[in-house]
Amino acid sequence: MSLFEIKNLKKSFDDKEILKNISLTVNKGDVLSIIGPSGSGKSTLLRCATGLETIDSGEINFNGQFGLVFQSFNLFPHHTVLENIVNAPIKVQKRDKEEVYKQARELLKKMNLEDKENFYPKSLSGGQQQRVSIARALAMNPDILFFDEPTSALDPELTGEVLKVIKDLAKENMTMVIVTHEMNFAKNVSDKIIFMEDGFILEEGTPEEVFSDNNKRMQNFLGHLTSEFD
Amino acid sequence: MGYIMLLETVIGELIKGMITTVEIFSLTLLFSIPLGLVVCSFRRSGNKILTGIMRVFISIMRGTPLMLQLIVIFFGPYFLFGFHLSQTYRFIAVIIAFTLNYSAYFAEIFRGGFESIPKGQLEAAQILGYSKNQTFVQIMMPQMFRITMPSITNETITLVKDTSLAFVIAIPEIFTVAKQIAAANASITILLIAGVFYYVFNALVAYIMSYIEKQMTYY
Repeated sequence: MSLFEIKNLKKSFDDKEILKNISLTVNKGDVLSIIGPSGSGKSTLLRCATGLETIDSGEINFNGQFGLVFQSFNLFPHHTVLENIVNAPIKVQKRDKEEVYKQARELLKKMNLEDKENFYPKSLSGGQQQRVSIARALAMNPDILFFDEPTSALDPELTGEVLKVIKDLAKENMTMVIVTHEMNFAKNVSDKIIFMEDGFILEEGTPEEVFSDNNKRMQNFLGHLTSEFD
Repeated sequence: MGYIMLLETVIGELIKGMITTVEIFSLTLLFSIPLGLVVCSFRRSGNKILTGIMRVFISIMRGTPLMLQLIVIFFGPYFLFGFHLSQTYRFIAVIIAFTLNYSAYFAEIFRGGFESIPKGQLEAAQILGYSKNQTFVQIMMPQMFRITMPSITNETITLVKDTSLAFVIAIPEIFTVAKQIAAANASITILLIAGVFYYVFNALVAYIMSYIEKQMTYY
């Protein structure tokens, strides 16, 4: 069942066309990963999908609550971990305080952060901050959760703890759209992968299809990735 | 006998002067910070007319002497409209002039503060569904005040000393009083006492401000 749909989306900044006719569908319970080189439009696509950027043409069909996890966390520095999580559900969604606090503490437990609820973000590691920001997004009870390169701002040894949380969410059938550079992670966690380049979707399919040996464009891209580190 | 009377009068006048100084200081701070927030919001509103008016206002307030502004605001109503100027208006004029002048400085300090908050804070608030007002009050303002606290302290200390400018329209604050007594007695002792008063007052202000700053650095 289609939960979230983008049709013929176009977006330019000044004269530069960043997204050239993008269409995609996300079904309920699906994990969709968007990969591709820097500047291919992945992040812009996510920002358009979440309303952070206006779109020039096309449509976005979605009725429901969404959440977004930022690359740079964007936790509120003057709020404690717990306040970061409960404020929006209480003040924006006007939900029952007790219920929200209970849910927030459960989420912190799930993120392995139950002892940090009264800490301020600055005293947490990047990986911990990112897990708090995932908890903050989940506390809104989103129908779909977007991730914008959730591990790109983290030290390599901290990416694992964040990726594990996302994997656990996938097991619980959370609908997610993940922009990422973590190829192995994308391969393992996704139901569907989109490969973007130069504002177009070049490949789209299951991880097996997209990462297969006879997919020239992908092999070229992956080859680039590995040769960078040779 | 006469000497004791004089001393009592002098002390009485000085204390009244100190109270007036503290009044000018407190009322200016009380009104200029909220007004500065309003000026700053209009300046940042994106509305061309509002932004333009605020730019001109800030430019005039910062570009002309406060002493001149005091004179214009006090005598203006008389010269422009022939209004009779009461003793009460003398004090009100001081508060208006100081509030307008300081609100312009505060507005610019606040603007710098708001602009140094990372854009991601606004985006996170938007994604979480905060309204514009909620975002301003709950997310932006606390962060702005924290960032600008050192500049606010600076401005507040300057204000303590600037209150002496009220002498130009003969407001009996501490400096005016001390100057009169010094002239009458051909002695500067009393001016030194006024100097000590400013110093102690500012030491107290600095102490309170650094306390507030410390309270705000919990995050």
